[in-house]
Amino acid sequence: MIGAGKIKQYSNILEKPLSKGKQEVSLSAFAFLFSELVQYNQTQVDNISELERRLEDAGYAVGARVLELLCHRDKGNRRETRLLGILSFVHSTVWKVLFGKVADSLEKGTEHEDEYMISEKDLLVNKFISVPKDMGTFNCGAFVAGIVRGVLDGAGFPAVVTAHFVPMEGLQRPRTTILIKFAEEVLQREARLG
Amino acid sequence: MAAIYSLYIINKSGGLIFYKDYGSKGRMDTNDSLRVASLWHSMHAISQQLSPITGCSGIELLEADTFDLNCFQSLTGTKFFVVCEPGTQNMEVLLKFIYELYTDYVLKNPFYEMEMPIRCELFDIKLTQAIQKDRVALLGR
Repeated sequence: MIGAGKIKQYSNILEKPLSKGKQEVSLSAFAFLFSELVQYNQTQVDNISELERRLEDAGYAVGARVLELLCHRDKGNRRETRLLGILSFVHSTVWKVLFGKVADSLEKGTEHEDEYMISEKDLLVNKFISVPKDMGTFNCGAFVAGIVRGVLDGAGFPAVVTAHFVPMEGLQRPRTTILIKFAEEVLQREARLG
Repeated sequence: MAAIYSLYIINKSGGLIFYKDYGSKGRMDTNDSLRVASLWHSMHAISQQLSPITGCSGIELLEADTFDLNCFQSLTGTKFFVVCEPGTQNMEVLLKFIYELYTDYVLKNPFYEMEMPIRCELFDIKLTQAIQKDRVALLGR
C-alpha cells in the first residue's frame, strides 16, 4: 500500500493535533442548500419579517458554534473580551473561515455610539440571489446577521444585528451592510474597563 | 451592427419563460414571441421523430435567408435559442454560456419558481454583460 505507515499513529486520541480540516466546500452545493433553506422557511411564514427572523435564528446557531470552534482552534481557548477586539475577530477571523476573505469594511456608526457596521460589496450568500421587487427591503444577509449575533452573544456582547441593502454610487448592485447595535450593558462595561 | 436579434428560453413544456430582443430587427410583440416559442418547441420535437438517424437530439441550427436560428437544449429539456444574423459564428458557445448563467443566477435563486417566467435582476445584468462581450469579440474578428 502506497503511503502506508506514513500516517503517524497516536496511541492516545487526545494527543492527535486538531486538524484544520478541508477548508472549502463547493460554492454551488452551498448555494443550492442555502436556496432550499430560504425556500423552506418561506413556506413556514406568512410575512417577510418573520422570514427574516427565521433566517437569523438559523444563522445564530451557526455563529454560536463558529465562536466555540475558532476560540479553540485559533485562540488557544481564549476569547476576546473587549468591544473592538471582538469586532475585528468577527470582521477578519470569522469572515475568513466562513467566506474565505476578510469583510470589505468595518465602520463605526456616525449617528449612534453603540452602532457598528460590517459591509460587504458582494456577500457570498447573496451571490446568486435576486430579491423580487414585491419583497421590499428583504435581504438574505439576515442569515449572516444571525451568525454575527450568535458569535457576539456567545462571547458576552449581546446585540441586535440586522442586514440591509445600501445602494452605492457608481455600482450597479447595492452592497450589504450588517448593522450591529450593542446592548446598553455592553457599552457600560466597556466604559468601566476604560 | 447587431449580430444577435433576439434570445428565447422555453421550458420543457414549450412555454416561453424568457424573451429579450436586441436592436430593432426581428422585434416581436408578446403574443408573437409566445407563438414562436411554442412553434419552435413542436418543430423541435417533430424533427427528432422524423430524423433518419436514431438518437437525434433535434434541430440545432436553422439557416434561413434573413436569419439563423441556433438552438441548445439542456438535459432537463429547457431550450435556449437565439435568432441572429445569417452566418454568425460561435453561437453555440454563447448559448452554453447563457445556460451557465441560467443555472447560476436563476436556478440558485430561492425566489424563482421552476418552469415560470424568469424575473431575476442578476440574471438580466449578467446576460447583458455577456451579450455585450460577445459583440465586442465579434467586432474584433
